[in-house]
Amino acid sequence: MTSEIELISLVLFAILVVTAIGITRLRGLYGAVMLAALFSLVIACLFVVLDAVDVAFTEAAVGAGISTVLMLTVLALTRAREAVTPRRRLWPAGIGSVLTGGLLIYGSQDLPAFGARDSPVQRHPITEAYLLESQNDIGVPNTVTSVLASYRGYDTFGELAVIFTAGTAVLLLLSYVPRHDPDFERRKLLLADYRILRVVSKILFPFIFLFALYVQFHGDYGPGGGFQAGVIFASGFVLYGLVFGIDNARRVVPRWLLRVLISSGLLLYGGVGLTSMLLGGTFLDYDALSPSHPVMGQHVGILLVELGVGITVAGVMTAIFFVFADRRVLQ
Amino acid sequence: MIATHYIYWLIIVLMMSGLYIVLSHGHLLKKLIGLNVFQAAVFLLYVSFGKVAGGTAPIVAPGIETYSHPLPAVLVLTAIVVGMATTSLGLALAVRIFREYGTLEEDEAIVAEASEHTAA
Amino acid sequence: MTHLPVLQVLIPLMGAPACALLRQRRAAWTLFLLVTGGALVCAVLLVLRMEQGSVRYALGGWPAPRGIEYVIDPLNAPMLALVSLIALIVAVYARPSVEAEIETRRIPLFYACMCLCVAGMLGVIATGDAFNAFVFLEITSLSSYALIAMGKRRRALLAAFRYLIVGTIGATFLLIGIALAYAVTGTLNMADLAQRLPDVYGNRALTAAVAFVVVGLAVKMALFPLHSWLPGAYAEAPSAVSTLLAGVGTKVAVYAFLRFALTVFGGSLVFGLLPVGSIGLVAACAAMVLASAIACFQRDLKYLLGWSSVAQIGYIVAGLSLATVDGISAGYLHMINHAVTKAALFAAAGVLLMRLGSVDLQALAGLGRRMPWTFAAILLAGLGLIGLPPTAGFVSKWALVLALVEQGQWFVVGAVLGSSLLAVVYVGRIVEIAWFREPPETPLLRPPAVPMVAMTWLLVLMSLYFGLSPVLPAALADGAAVAVAGRLR
Repeated sequence: MTSEIELISLVLFAILVVTAIGITRLRGLYGAVMLAALFSLVIACLFVVLDAVDVAFTEAAVGAGISTVLMLTVLALTRAREAVTPRRRLWPAGIGSVLTGGLLIYGSQDLPAFGARDSPVQRHPITEAYLLESQNDIGVPNTVTSVLASYRGYDTFGELAVIFTAGTAVLLLLSYVPRHDPDFERRKLLLADYRILRVVSKILFPFIFLFALYVQFHGDYGPGGGFQAGVIFASGFVLYGLVFGIDNARRVVPRWLLRVLISSGLLLYGGVGLTSMLLGGTFLDYDALSPSHPVMGQHVGILLVELGVGITVAGVMTAIFFVFADRRVLQ
Repeated sequence: MIATHYIYWLIIVLMMSGLYIVLSHGHLLKKLIGLNVFQAAVFLLYVSFGKVAGGTAPIVAPGIETYSHPLPAVLVLTAIVVGMATTSLGLALAVRIFREYGTLEEDEAIVAEASEHTAA
Repeated sequence: MTHLPVLQVLIPLMGAPACALLRQRRAAWTLFLLVTGGALVCAVLLVLRMEQGSVRYALGGWPAPRGIEYVIDPLNAPMLALVSLIALIVAVYARPSVEAEIETRRIPLFYACMCLCVAGMLGVIATGDAFNAFVFLEITSLSSYALIAMGKRRRALLAAFRYLIVGTIGATFLLIGIALAYAVTGTLNMADLAQRLPDVYGNRALTAAVAFVVVGLAVKMALFPLHSWLPGAYAEAPSAVSTLLAGVGTKVAVYAFLRFALTVFGGSLVFGLLPVGSIGLVAACAAMVLASAIACFQRDLKYLLGWSSVAQIGYIVAGLSLATVDGISAGYLHMINHAVTKAALFAAAGVLLMRLGSVDLQALAGLGRRMPWTFAAILLAGLGLIGLPPTAGFVSKWALVLALVEQGQWFVVGAVLGSSLLAVVYVGRIVEIAWFREPPETPLLRPPAVPMVAMTWLLVLMSLYFGLSPVLPAALADGAAVAVAGRLR
């Protein structure tokens, strides 16, 4: 690593350590949440330094974006200050983390040198397969996409199932009975009453959705893909909900539609797998989709499963935001 | 040793601070933040295994010879999503707990539960 | 037929989004019943195919280690059958129980989470890829956090949150362990890891990897002293969820431990070079004695059963920690027998909860004569916890004691006996309260639900059958132990 990059990463690490200390010292929770968002952003920068651009994109979208929004909405529903941590909690926590750290430092002595070209990870035959053979097998320049959606497509299927689980679980925990609350109707202040916000956000929507589509379908060539696109799509609805109120947002995206979206993405992903089974391949073997021209099959397969990811992610994120932001859930 | 391994040690310090936040704080939201910090540090560890000195992001293009490894990045993408799913479920539980107990402090909730138990 | 390994997991996994789309509670239940039935059919067919050797299934058509593969061998095929069978029994049991405990409009999503929970467990068992095991473990974990939180009392929420934090730390430890093993080999495929790891035995990063994987899985299996989440989580969960999780929830982590320790890292590293076996025996002894003792002082039947589960995990771990063919076989057998026995007990507790509204031990006073069937089931399954003939618990405990004696582990034998005596105390307490107290005047809340009582008795009869004629489970456990015999030391 050249010295400038080394210097940059050292500075970033220093910021991270200070942020972590700040998080544990700060009793005001808004501050802690903002520091957590900062932590994510700086980590995302480090991911870029470490050549993991897709990861950086996702970490920024998830850690600094969605997680922060959700934590702030929860904070708005609860109290914003933390009690003083009792001393009896500190010692076991300190011992636990020191033991973990000690074990890691012990183990780290025999880790291959950072950035080495001859580490076991780089020498393993799959490195060659993923970087070179993938160009013939799959024909997608962004090898992260080919590993994610094809070589290890089943992991991504599992990942989508995890998101689906989170969406289902949150709806199970926080589903509410829609009921008319005139008092609530009167109390709520719509940000849409501010003309600038209303106009600016309306201008933004097309760009947000266009960008989401770009990220969705450009994952083959650059960083991006279904997950990031889904998050961006959802952020459009989140913005709409914030500015025009949850009731209006629910009118645009009603609950039945969300439930259909959440399920259909996972069904689409699984359906691609089942289709490839019916066509004579194994589960998620995209070659079977177009036997005469396997690379074509890979393209179609990756396109469809990424679409499935995008649909479910957009649905889950929007649904989670809606139930968190709807204060009636609490009553 | 120091020149080649210090990155790992910095990552380990971050992991320790994340774990410390989870274990030491009684506030449920703080615990979730701590989990995020802990997991983010683990993700850094993964990605650091894929880095090659002088390499670029593994997007194949003419004229580039050295790429960092794509697999750690893929694993971390999956793990980030799993972490986010855990966070959102944890927050949903926190909202329900606040509705039932009127607090997000674990200790206060346990006290409330115990006093109800003796009363009954 | 070639697709059986993936269909095994795919059927319940695809059942989940379908359930979530449904509106009718009965339709969702029917779907859950069908997918668990389908999973059981796949599992039985796979067990039968084991005679022709292991099955490997390359997902995405990419040969491992480039892609992810499913590997079904004698070590995991019986686990697939066990999980699917318990899931099917829970599915039949669940209809009246869930309708009584869960609000109607939440039921379809509830069953979607049940499908996911089952699919995640099956995925962990079937996979031949270390990272894929983590992903599916998290599907199970996340869905069980939500399912536990659906318990009637508000304490369920706290129990679920605590489980979420502890469970996620455990999963992250597993993730760290996998990362370190990956760093020294460059692969995530279990077979490939097993091939490459012996070259780097003694590497300190690998030692740390073993430690992190073992600790992470110990959290998930609630091995003493990392058990704190279990009693609350099992006791506060809705009855159907308690029955499923108490039956097979922790067993999946036990299986994952076996898989990682023996076939990935290799017994000669985990039990030879590293002291995991001795540590496991100490933890197992502590779990058996202390958790049984704590169980004696519980005021709530479901908490009592939860603490008893912590003790029973001790027996299983004691057998596995011996790292001999007999020890593994005994531990594996106890895993099967305890799954059936404990599921029967939690199922019976669910029947009581439905009819009484509470399973506080005091509320059970004198009910033995008014609810003879349910309490007879509790008594027979309780005998299994103690380890008396003719129950399945006797067979596996006997095998365990023999394996311990063979290795000269007299101290552990003492702990097994001590724990069994304590089990006599806590089962005896239930018997005393139920049969030797004056019955209350108050009428029961509801009539008995036939499917619930029937499934409880099915589980009890299975435990008796495995006790009287232990041929089938013993053959499966021996098959599993023999399959890993070459990798023990």
